Amino acid sequence: MSERIGKTLYDKLWDAHVVREDDEGTALIYIDRQLLHEVTSPQAFEGLRMAKRKPWRIDANLATLDHNVPTTEYKTVEDILDPISRIQVQTLGMNTAEFGITVFGIGDVRQGIVHVVGPEEGATLPGMTLVCGDSHTATHGALAALAHGVGTSEVEHVLATQCLIQKKMKNMLVRVEGTLQAGVTPKDVVLALIGKIGTAGANGHAMQFKGLVIREMSIEGRMTICNMAIEAGARVGLTGIDEKTIEYVKNKPFAPKGDNWEKAVASWRELKTDDNAYFDKVVEMDGSLIEPQVSWGTTPEMVTSISGIIPDPKNEKNPVKASGIMRALEYMGLEANMAIKDIPVQYVFIGSCTNARIEDFRAAARILKGQKISSLVEQALAVPGSGLVKKQAEKEGLDKVFIDAGFEWRNPGCSMCLAMNDDKLPEGKHCASTSNRNFEGRQGAGGRTHLVSPEMAAAAAIAGHFVDVREILNG
Amino acid sequence: MDKFVTYTSVVIPMDRANVDTDMILPKQFLKSIKRTGFGPNLFDGLRYEDVGIPDADSSHRPIRKDFVLNLPRYKNGKILLVRENFGSGSSREHAPWAIKGFGIDTIIAPSFADIFFNNSFKNGILLITLSDIDVDTIFKEIEAEVGYQLTIDLENQKIIKNSGKTITFKVDQFKKTCLLEGLDDISLTLQHKQEIQDFEKTYKKKNPWLFK
Repeated sequence: MSERIGKTLYDKLWDAHVVREDDEGTALIYIDRQLLHEVTSPQAFEGLRMAKRKPWRIDANLATLDHNVPTTEYKTVEDILDPISRIQVQTLGMNTAEFGITVFGIGDVRQGIVHVVGPEEGATLPGMTLVCGDSHTATHGALAALAHGVGTSEVEHVLATQCLIQKKMKNMLVRVEGTLQAGVTPKDVVLALIGKIGTAGANGHAMQFKGLVIREMSIEGRMTICNMAIEAGARVGLTGIDEKTIEYVKNKPFAPKGDNWEKAVASWRELKTDDNAYFDKVVEMDGSLIEPQVSWGTTPEMVTSISGIIPDPKNEKNPVKASGIMRALEYMGLEANMAIKDIPVQYVFIGSCTNARIEDFRAAARILKGQKISSLVEQALAVPGSGLVKKQAEKEGLDKVFIDAGFEWRNPGCSMCLAMNDDKLPEGKHCASTSNRNFEGRQGAGGRTHLVSPEMAAAAAIAGHFVDVREILNG
Repeated sequence: MDKFVTYTSVVIPMDRANVDTDMILPKQFLKSIKRTGFGPNLFDGLRYEDVGIPDADSSHRPIRKDFVLNLPRYKNGKILLVRENFGSGSSREHAPWAIKGFGIDTIIAPSFADIFFNNSFKNGILLITLSDIDVDTIFKEIEAEVGYQLTIDLENQKIIKNSGKTITFKVDQFKKTCLLEGLDDISLTLQHKQEIQDFEKTYKKKNPWLFK
């Protein structure tokens, strides 16, 4: 009897989309969906126009505004004060109008962060290949779709040909068994993983998450972990299909209906890794041992648990790493061996493509209910990921919880995650942020980012420094 | 894209390692909606004495006279010679756009950063990886000879010196074809238009819900 090696979910998604492949492994992969936003698309549309090309399939594209839009009240594009941001926003409007692409523009309740909007609309479906000119496209892998970020030339390539030139990645498995403690979230799982394997730990790999913790996790939680796969070096993050996935997609505006729904579901049920599949790399984690995480440095791998202390470069044997720690501590204005709980927090940001879905706001609101933010906190922002998330939160009265606690309840957008709009973290200020990157200057020149979960951000807002949210939940 | 033809040019020596994309094109220029017009801002921080503003005219700005791009002897050079790990940092495609916009078609270095490497070929720029010794030798030869030129022959994968000496180099066959035939990736992919259409037809039958 011959032994057949099974396929991973990534293998299956790849195989289903190969148009052609040459002897050196360079393949043309068919792309089912492209999501567009204002920053990385203008040059792609310009390229199409210059070459007098038309989009291959207009219905495969969907656009929204996110990076440059204000999160304060605004009515028209004229209200965007930065003239260069305004031009980028206007350009997306003109390009989508010229080529007939659907766009969620200013004033559309569906407008929001591209990686929140896609799944929310059912524009992301299981089994799809999906690309976007943004590295956090890995998010969509939570719906068992093959999704990753691309450069601007590739955006144009997909517009013109519906394909992408690709070489296949390797397979990596991250298995998280056990049960998460109360107060430990998907964000903590993925931060702990990045702390363990480093920011280049998954380079060249498609990363699939499995194990009891993932099975028990909500779809929105799975989006949070897939979102940050790129922070470990994996362009692709994936979770297999289950009833939760199908339930999540059902009745979404772009989801199949009627007969097509039945057909689609039948085909989606195959979207899981075979038991005897081969992974090039395997990482095992015990979910029950993961504590709430806080990043202390200037890359996402510079992270530790809330009960931890800041590392001492003197104890680091690798000289490159030791100098990295020293440079990070200087930028962050922190001392070696300081307790994480002693880091002061002046800004709080709950938002971004990592943590701006309804469950994130519910979770933070549970901590904030009946509480006030510390007088040490100068600004606390709650920025829903889309107009629909905002509407739902308001329906549940969550906006009042945030406002009563002292938060500003804002309009959807990328906001303070990346400082391309008016929301910027001032120099020298520490921010408890639910975003995904803590690079130097990421949230604003000189700003000091600490990556945390929404619950941990809410708890820090109340205390004015980092605290263990498990202690609050356990009374 | 223009076809990459054999050409001879002055070589600009930039004796620096780890030149990152932020140095190649500083971040204030990223909000542009164009992929052209970045040439005057290539190495903006190193090239000018003042801080560059997007969309502003750079022709009357005070220049750093000692910066290599500003030296008269290297004027109109289309080949850039640099040290290891050129193009590290952010993935901005604006960096190769600026290089191409300035008029540089070939960069020679001991090594390049991954993303920059791919982005450059997509924009018709040939990146040649040579040994440290070969790169070092060329740096010395440039210093010794005003008007030093090299001939870049991509077809035969050769760099030809005025002395007649040649250095062969390696290049990915797919990328070479794209440059020689002046094919951007899109033109090349569209050569398989029929295959894509055939795939799409079968695929649509299997997955009708993915099509309007």
